[in-house]
Amino acid sequence: MSARDRAGIAVGLVVAGVLVGLLAFLLARGVGLERSAPPIEELTFERIELPEPGHVRLHVVNGGVDPVTVHQAIVDDAVWSFTIEPGPTIGRLRSATVDLPYPWVEGEAHHIKLVSRNGVAFETEIAVATETPQATPGWLVRLALLGFYVGVVPVALGLATYPLLARLGRRGIDFLLALTVGLLVFLVIDTMTEALELAAEAAAGFHAPVLVWIVALSTLAGLLAFTAGRRRRGALGPLAVSFFIALGIGLHNLGEGLAIGSALATGAIGLGTFLVVGFTLHNITEGIGIAAPLLRAEPRLRHFVGYALLAGGPAILGCWIGGVVFDPLWAAVFLAMGTGAIAQVIVEVGRLLVADRAGATVDPWRGEVLAGAAVGIAIMYVTALLVPA
Amino acid sequence: MSDGDPQIPETGRGSSGSDRPPPAGGISRRAVLRGGAALGAAALGGAALGLAGQGSQALKPRVEVPHIHGAGGSGPVRDIRPDGFDPTAFATRFDGGIVSRLPDGRTLRQYHFVAVDREIEIAPGIWFPAWTYNGGVPGPTIRCSQGDRIRVRFQNAGSHPHTIHFHGFHPADMDGVFEVVDPGKTFVYEFDAEPYGLHLYHCHTTPLRRHIHKGLYGTFIVDPPGGRPPAREYVMVMNGFDTDFDGENEFYAVNTVAFHYMRHPLEARVGEKVRLYVVNALEFDLINSLHIHGNFFDVYRTGTRLEPNEFTDTVLFCQGERHILELEFRYPGRFMFHAHQSEFAELGWMGFFDVRQG
Repeated sequence: MSARDRAGIAVGLVVAGVLVGLLAFLLARGVGLERSAPPIEELTFERIELPEPGHVRLHVVNGGVDPVTVHQAIVDDAVWSFTIEPGPTIGRLRSATVDLPYPWVEGEAHHIKLVSRNGVAFETEIAVATETPQATPGWLVRLALLGFYVGVVPVALGLATYPLLARLGRRGIDFLLALTVGLLVFLVIDTMTEALELAAEAAAGFHAPVLVWIVALSTLAGLLAFTAGRRRRGALGPLAVSFFIALGIGLHNLGEGLAIGSALATGAIGLGTFLVVGFTLHNITEGIGIAAPLLRAEPRLRHFVGYALLAGGPAILGCWIGGVVFDPLWAAVFLAMGTGAIAQVIVEVGRLLVADRAGATVDPWRGEVLAGAAVGIAIMYVTALLVPA
Repeated sequence: MSDGDPQIPETGRGSSGSDRPPPAGGISRRAVLRGGAALGAAALGGAALGLAGQGSQALKPRVEVPHIHGAGGSGPVRDIRPDGFDPTAFATRFDGGIVSRLPDGRTLRQYHFVAVDREIEIAPGIWFPAWTYNGGVPGPTIRCSQGDRIRVRFQNAGSHPHTIHFHGFHPADMDGVFEVVDPGKTFVYEFDAEPYGLHLYHCHTTPLRRHIHKGLYGTFIVDPPGGRPPAREYVMVMNGFDTDFDGENEFYAVNTVAFHYMRHPLEARVGEKVRLYVVNALEFDLINSLHIHGNFFDVYRTGTRLEPNEFTDTVLFCQGERHILELEFRYPGRFMFHAHQSEFAELGWMGFFDVRQG
């Protein structure tokens, strides 16, 4: 061990010692800024269920610094009895379930307050009261069908345009690839926005927005590293690019399914035929996006089936999760992963556009590429107008 | 005062209704449940059902809700701590002060009021950082006869300047407006008790709304010469608490504790005269009211005349308004009383009379 090593270790030990000493001192003596006033309390409503007539169930999380003790509940300006599990005192980042025997009225709004020991009232609203579907086989089948319509069917339809696309010339293919980039850019923005919106709903103590960014960037970095490794081994052809597009879109559709399922379960949207059609049109473009890189390969039928299921199938899973146990934090994490995956696919498709079949670099700023990207974003935006925000 | 004795007890010897059976333990919870079921059709009836489930489990950390289905469930969970302010005792506690004779033969009543900051339980498990006279909200119920000399030594042990502003005739420098008493200071209010009637006192330091809402108010009863006819008497100070300071009351009550008289009904006997001294000390809401079930009552507005102004079953109170009500129950059983603002009632301002055969 050299003298420099020993010096380095010594410095490290001193720093660690000072840190431990400081923390011990602060924990023992406090920082001198302790509040004498009542604690700042925080409680987040994660989920509201109406499992049956006359029964309201709330899932709450304490996202604040101090424990919160819930002692009374007020529903529609009436003090109401309730039970709380596991107990009235909810620790930091702990959750509790509140059951209220309240005769809620179908189709009407209800306002709920939980009052803490210190008189702080935490409020939430049931916008439209409707019985929360339970995880019965019938409900799961309906959710699965919905996921199938908005996920698998449109992706499969998009992929089915492959024979038509195959007749296109080089410029036509490039146009389609650029269109794919455009739609993916739209999806990155859309998915990240949704992830951050959900993160804002989660209890503040989880720092969910930061988590969303970390998960998205980690996913992107991890996938980029993975594909870089495969490319070095020459194992990253157009088929693999399509696979990754399907994977990224699959994660996006998982988030979409979560949103649809939870909105249905809480009665926030009544999903009519028109809306299902909207989602379907919106997602057809995703299928075309997966098909575009395949124009440079020789795909088999199993590729089409596999990619359709990979990209569309998660919508079914998302509908199930969202329709039965929706949790904003986990939904935000899934969507963040989707964002990272889609961003990585933009990189991969972009590579196809800057290189010709021989691998030589070409100028990406061609008319068909710019037009394709613009049309891709435009189509996604316009069809997004058909679906609920 | 349950026997209608017109004599006013002195400080420290106030009647707290000790001649009556203890109100809490003696009542079967099943009886409450039955009472509630009988009222089931009434809008407020469901409240009793909810109470039935939780009363016997008072002070346990959590309670079972007996019926998820059906109309039950309204009302609070648990009860207040037994060692705090007791609204049942407060309702019958009249403070005559320390009594002595003046040279001219008149009665001198001396009181000692101390303003103290104190956290009080205003609904089961819900605590409010109150400003109090003598540690309770409402403050002591002052009771005297017309013409008595009143001397109140007011000591401010709180954290903010306070005063006591009495309703009634008195000189300007006894009005509790100009002589603000800073923390640590003392002031002596002295005046003749006039006119007879039901009055109130409260802090008159600005900001007024906060000083009153935080708990600095109480009842000031001046009996007419010769007193009023014997009756079972209760003081009811209607109040509310904005526990999160958003300018709206979260809980309402008479005598501070939401739903207290649902769990611990006020007692009465068939055919016996009941006199209620009802004072509206509510802040934020402009009006309050009182409705008694299965009965009608005489209203003596501000108590300043011996003839009733009205015979009714629902009476309105503006902020600071107060009336003496007199009634007799014809039937035994449980009779609800509450604000006829349903919201106030369901946020705590309701209770029961438990009427028994004389």
